[in-house]
Amino acid sequence: MSAVALALADLVDDRTASPDGYVRLAVGADTWMALAEGCAAGHHDLGALWADDGRMCLALSAPSPGIRAIVSLETEGGRYPSVAARHLPALRLERAARDLYGLQPIGLPDTRPWLDHGRWPGRQSEARYEFLPVEGEGLHQIPVGPVHAGIIEPGHFRFTANGETVVRLEQRLGYVHKGVESLMAGAEIGQAARIIGRISGDSTVAYAWAFARAVEAALQWAPPPRALLLRGIMAELERLAHHINDVGAICNDASVLTIYARCTLQREDVLAVANACFGHRLMMDCVVPGGVAADLTPEGVGRIRGLMQRLEDTRAEVLRVYDSMPSLQDRTVTTGFVSCELARQYAAGGFVGRASGRAFDARKDFAYAPYDRVDFDLKVRQAGDVDARLMVRLDEIAESLRILSQLLGRLTPGAIRSDRPVTATVTGEGAALIEAFRGDVFVSVRFEADGRLARVHARDASWFQWPLLEAAIEGNIVADFPLCNKSFNCSYSGHDL
Amino acid sequence: MTGDLLVQFLAQGAQMTFVLLIAPLAVGVVRRVKARLMRRQGPPLLQGYFDLAKLLRKESVIAESASWLFRSAPYLIFALTWVAAALVPSFASGLMFNWAADVVALVALLGAARALLALAGMDVGTSFGGIGSSREMMIATLAEPAMMLIVLTLAIAAGTTRLAGVADFFLAEPFAVRVSLALSLVALVIVALAENARIPVDNPVTHLELTMVHEAMVLEYSGRHLALIEAASHLKLVLYISLLICLFAPFGMAPASAGVTGWLIGLAAWTAKLLFGAALLGLWEVSIAKMRVFRLPDFVGIAFVFGFLAILLAFLTRGVFA
Repeated sequence: MSAVALALADLVDDRTASPDGYVRLAVGADTWMALAEGCAAGHHDLGALWADDGRMCLALSAPSPGIRAIVSLETEGGRYPSVAARHLPALRLERAARDLYGLQPIGLPDTRPWLDHGRWPGRQSEARYEFLPVEGEGLHQIPVGPVHAGIIEPGHFRFTANGETVVRLEQRLGYVHKGVESLMAGAEIGQAARIIGRISGDSTVAYAWAFARAVEAALQWAPPPRALLLRGIMAELERLAHHINDVGAICNDASVLTIYARCTLQREDVLAVANACFGHRLMMDCVVPGGVAADLTPEGVGRIRGLMQRLEDTRAEVLRVYDSMPSLQDRTVTTGFVSCELARQYAAGGFVGRASGRAFDARKDFAYAPYDRVDFDLKVRQAGDVDARLMVRLDEIAESLRILSQLLGRLTPGAIRSDRPVTATVTGEGAALIEAFRGDVFVSVRFEADGRLARVHARDASWFQWPLLEAAIEGNIVADFPLCNKSFNCSYSGHDL
Repeated sequence: MTGDLLVQFLAQGAQMTFVLLIAPLAVGVVRRVKARLMRRQGPPLLQGYFDLAKLLRKESVIAESASWLFRSAPYLIFALTWVAAALVPSFASGLMFNWAADVVALVALLGAARALLALAGMDVGTSFGGIGSSREMMIATLAEPAMMLIVLTLAIAAGTTRLAGVADFFLAEPFAVRVSLALSLVALVIVALAENARIPVDNPVTHLELTMVHEAMVLEYSGRHLALIEAASHLKLVLYISLLICLFAPFGMAPASAGVTGWLIGLAAWTAKLLFGAALLGLWEVSIAKMRVFRLPDFVGIAFVFGFLAILLAFLTRGVFA
């Protein structure tokens, strides 16, 4: 079956979008394949792909006309035509959906399991996993992980190297699969909000916010204006803490201990301020459907303003030291190159995409409150190397500080949480895209008639960044992998679910 | 005469003991300086001793695929390095076995220890051990010839390859500033950094297996075996700092004719210089990034080129100074 590429803009045409900004369409197999072909042709980006009650759902977006759609396809006996057959970035999503929900993609280019390692109780599956064959003279394999030397999450990396040069890297993930999605199926809203905030601890605000927005869209639940501003403040604090930490960690992998020490202290400062302001260092469970759970006192505002000055100083100092250290730049410049073409194909979000020329930021392209009324710049670089990913982070720290100061200036007294509307007509479905520090987080929810959650799907930015890491390390030397990996800083937990 | 011989014997024994005892302290100073520069409190200065004591008490876990080589290598490496470190004149130049302290012998002892370590790294058959051994040998092929050139330059200047003789020569002519010596100094510092697995060649504190050189080779060691290897690497650091002191800053060292008082002064001077050297190393390590593995040949190659230039200049100017 060969389909002609179909652009999302032509399909959506003038249909009205749901309150969450997504146009919802049920399509047939032909349109499904044409849309997959359209992804490959670059007409629109693949946002997410998940199984929901025997249907396959596909979130697509085209930022330039600003349209988003969730397209669903009824499977026939649990079988559906594979998107990955036309558009490879869907490959791991389809393998994961098959492992978790048993829906079979027809024509899937790689039929090995993904999240299922053959060790789930009460389930028969093959524990043997064949890594892709590599042939050639003088090649040797280096298995790394899943248990690593540092205190990081588990994941297996299989390097095939020729001497010191990496010929291929193959990742094996899924070691931290926790069954998050099935835990949330049938859950009450409050319980699901707590679970989703724990998918990836470093993006807990972003996940909680995405979930809250999706639920609010489905229930037509409007949070008070102060709550929206506070959500923005929390999200920017989270971004600042992890960006500055990443900058330090990248430098540490090049053994530059001074920058590492400075950045670690600065991150601690941010977390301590977050704790003082909102009662939790990572601000876990602070964003809830209907608003926020913790208010910001005037002293808290003062604390954040003081922190902003210290962050500004640290940023300037780190930038000065980084610029004056050729031995460090020698490690980062040209290392771990990701081409603009690949970043576009995989619709890579966050610093990975923005360091490779993909000018996408959910806060800008699909602006949500409070970012729709905030003035900030989208900083993009073209080089696609470790240096570019580090510099994008430093750029974003400056922009986040600008955003914070505007949000703090707009704070007016008021309620921070609204009650769930009782008479609202429930559309039953909602979705949201929130910019976490790592990239865009997508969350989709569907309600049962009794008000419980039937299905919650969360897609971390890492799904489209991990495959690019495999590409980035190719042709580099083995010893540069930690540096490349740290510059991506993908989430294991957010990916393995 | 017999009493004199006994004193000489004791002095030589004291030197061997001193280098062994002070080695963990020197490493402690490096770590402490680095920690302070990173605004951390850092481990106690004596942490090196505690670590060795802990490791010696612990069980040694050995891989099933390990051969006799893996088991015996730590003892041999430790012995070879200790002998080498004890040969370098520290507080006095005219000790009993100073005739044995030949620089060529020194290079040979260290080379043997390195070969054993590289073999042990590959013995268990893990990929990290192999990577470490291969990188170590790549660095060694560049560092060892550079070391030989430096040694020969000094030998030409002093007219002997005996370290004690070279030290005596520089003690006698403290102000003989020569281009060839300056070049040798730079070259020896680079070789010392490379041989001791310090930044920018290797990072001694990293946990990233893929970037390791020295640490990758010893990943499989534990317990007393690891203690011996750690002690050997501490000794190696002392050896190279001592060597730099002995050749380029020997002031305070007791000459061959000195008695016990001279030795005590020499000991104090040597200890102070050693710890100062360790502090300098800490300062250096926080001020530079680690190099890409493929840039190492350039870096260590500089040592070779400098060594070569030094020996060339030493030859050309021999007639003038000799």
